[in-house]
Amino acid sequence: MGRFPEYYNLWHIAGHYALRGFAALVLIFLMLPILVIIPLSFNAEPFFTFTEGMLALDPDAYSLRWYKEIFDDEKWTLAIKNSFIVGFAAAILATLLGTVAAVGLASPWMPYKRLITALLLSPMIVPLIIIAAGMFFFYTQFNLVGTYTGLIIAHAALGVPFVIITVTATLSGFDRSLFIAGLSLGASPVKVFWDVVIPLIRPGVISGGLFAFVTSFDEVVLVLFLAGPEQRTIPRQMFSGLREQINPTILAVATLLVVLSAAMLFTLEALRRRSERMRGEGL
Amino acid sequence: MTDIKSDVFLKFDDVKKSYDQKTLVVKGFNIDVQQGEFITLLGPSGSGKTTVLMMLAGFESVTSGVIAIEGKSINKTAPYLRNIGMVFQNYALFPHMTVAQNLAYPLTVRNMSKADIKARVAEYLALVELEDFGSRFPAQLSGGQRQRVALARAMIFEPTLILMDEPLGALDKNLREQMQYEITRLHKKLGFTVIYVTHDQAEALSMSSRIAVFNDGIVQQCAAPAELYERPSNAFVADFIGENNFIKGQVERISDGLAHVTVPGGATVIAQTSDGLVVGASCQVSVRPEKLFIHPTTHAHDNEMTARFISRIYVGDFIRYYFRLPDGTDIVIKMLNDLSAPEFSDGQDGKLLWLTSDCIAFPAAT
Repeated sequence: MGRFPEYYNLWHIAGHYALRGFAALVLIFLMLPILVIIPLSFNAEPFFTFTEGMLALDPDAYSLRWYKEIFDDEKWTLAIKNSFIVGFAAAILATLLGTVAAVGLASPWMPYKRLITALLLSPMIVPLIIIAAGMFFFYTQFNLVGTYTGLIIAHAALGVPFVIITVTATLSGFDRSLFIAGLSLGASPVKVFWDVVIPLIRPGVISGGLFAFVTSFDEVVLVLFLAGPEQRTIPRQMFSGLREQINPTILAVATLLVVLSAAMLFTLEALRRRSERMRGEGL
Repeated sequence: MTDIKSDVFLKFDDVKKSYDQKTLVVKGFNIDVQQGEFITLLGPSGSGKTTVLMMLAGFESVTSGVIAIEGKSINKTAPYLRNIGMVFQNYALFPHMTVAQNLAYPLTVRNMSKADIKARVAEYLALVELEDFGSRFPAQLSGGQRQRVALARAMIFEPTLILMDEPLGALDKNLREQMQYEITRLHKKLGFTVIYVTHDQAEALSMSSRIAVFNDGIVQQCAAPAELYERPSNAFVADFIGENNFIKGQVERISDGLAHVTVPGGATVIAQTSDGLVVGASCQVSVRPEKLFIHPTTHAHDNEMTARFISRIYVGDFIRYYFRLPDGTDIVIKMLNDLSAPEFSDGQDGKLLWLTSDCIAFPAAT
């Protein structure tokens, strides 16, 4: 009984294990739906359930046919291409705008700071469906509905708050005297910004950009409202795929997305550690 | 702004600063600085000294007045074009650059050739005795080393002026003294002009050619360290620089630059006069704790008054005595810890002795 404090009675110990069990259940509840699709995506049969062969671990019951299906089907390849085009463009736009906004908002001379911050962060809080409806009517005025430009701008607007939040967080650790020091050494404000500010807030900029990309990548509501058939993205294709062609292709796509998300999560974590290390050592 | 015709190296002409257009933080600052001088702006926090430094560096605008370098107003010159080096309390080294890259930065900005930069960086690393540290990052250095890098970076582009804003504030006592010596050494060797801001008077006294004592946005006195200590021009300076006793009294008469003052207990003491002293008005006579002696003494003296002994504190190399005057004012006396340091019992009266030349009568604060 060495691992419990000596004053623990049976109830304490029971409580300890109950808490652990409950935490494990929560984790399973959250993870199982995601994990279960991975083996199912390798199903040789067009079913959403485990076949007897799969349960017996028969190699013939598994196949990559649904993965092949993705790349053979024009709808899917178009959706993947669209998702990446829109995602990258929106992420780059959001990163540029969000970084500039965060730097501006961090300035001590910025007027109406709270109001502007609230406005810029609002896309994160306002229900998507409202934004989507609003944008739909607004975009019709400019013939932006059913265009890549429209979708990219809409997704960039959704991504900006994430960039602002992550960049503001890194800027809060930024020592303003570094900027002053740069100027005193003879560099113009723009040069100091590039040489000193950007390298130091880079982790925040990159993770903000990744967030913006992911936001665009799995966004479906705005796409439903604003995109034409030409701009179908992966989530949109999955949405219609669920109703039109019920086969494990969707599961294969989902598995690929899980892998992509996991890769991004690891990138973010690595960036976070890096910035922590730099700040820990800095000063 | 018009240029000022003068051969003064750096000139502040009636410089004022207000943040809210109502109250002045700096109320008319004037100073003429010669090339190579080490000027310290000394004062309590909020006295306006850092604001003066920031106006000179260009990071605060000048509300009125002119700052001129070599006769040319720099009021409208952008900070990065002023060619003024700065050393900060928190070092402000770029954490993502190595020591050598930090030193090279101002030279790169000035488009110096790679070979020249390399040579110059090596030269200045040697100057601050950090030859082997060029490839390290600031985070891998100690506080003292970082401040030496910051110094080198502020000097390396041969600026017109070097400003230092409490550069030793973040260091511990031993390191601080070492760095004072280091800065003095570099200043003597390279002959640059320094404007130094601090609230530490020991630092100011030991390093400066002249000290401007700030209070409430006004320079109370600007003089060499010894003069500031020996001949303070007003009660604030007398109190702020070093320790001082103030004895309240009444001016009886003034003759030959000496004031005859009646002090509590009825005695009359003779003191140096100061500006604004009026016969018949109340005044305060300042005497430094180390200039006071207790009867019996072999030291020369020509003033004396009686006070009651309160306590005696053993400090080590000297002993502090506390006496109380009849009007309740406490008086501190510092005496060397030798055989002549007397013992007193509580409440006993003692005779305090001092020289006329060691005390100054200031008008009482109104």
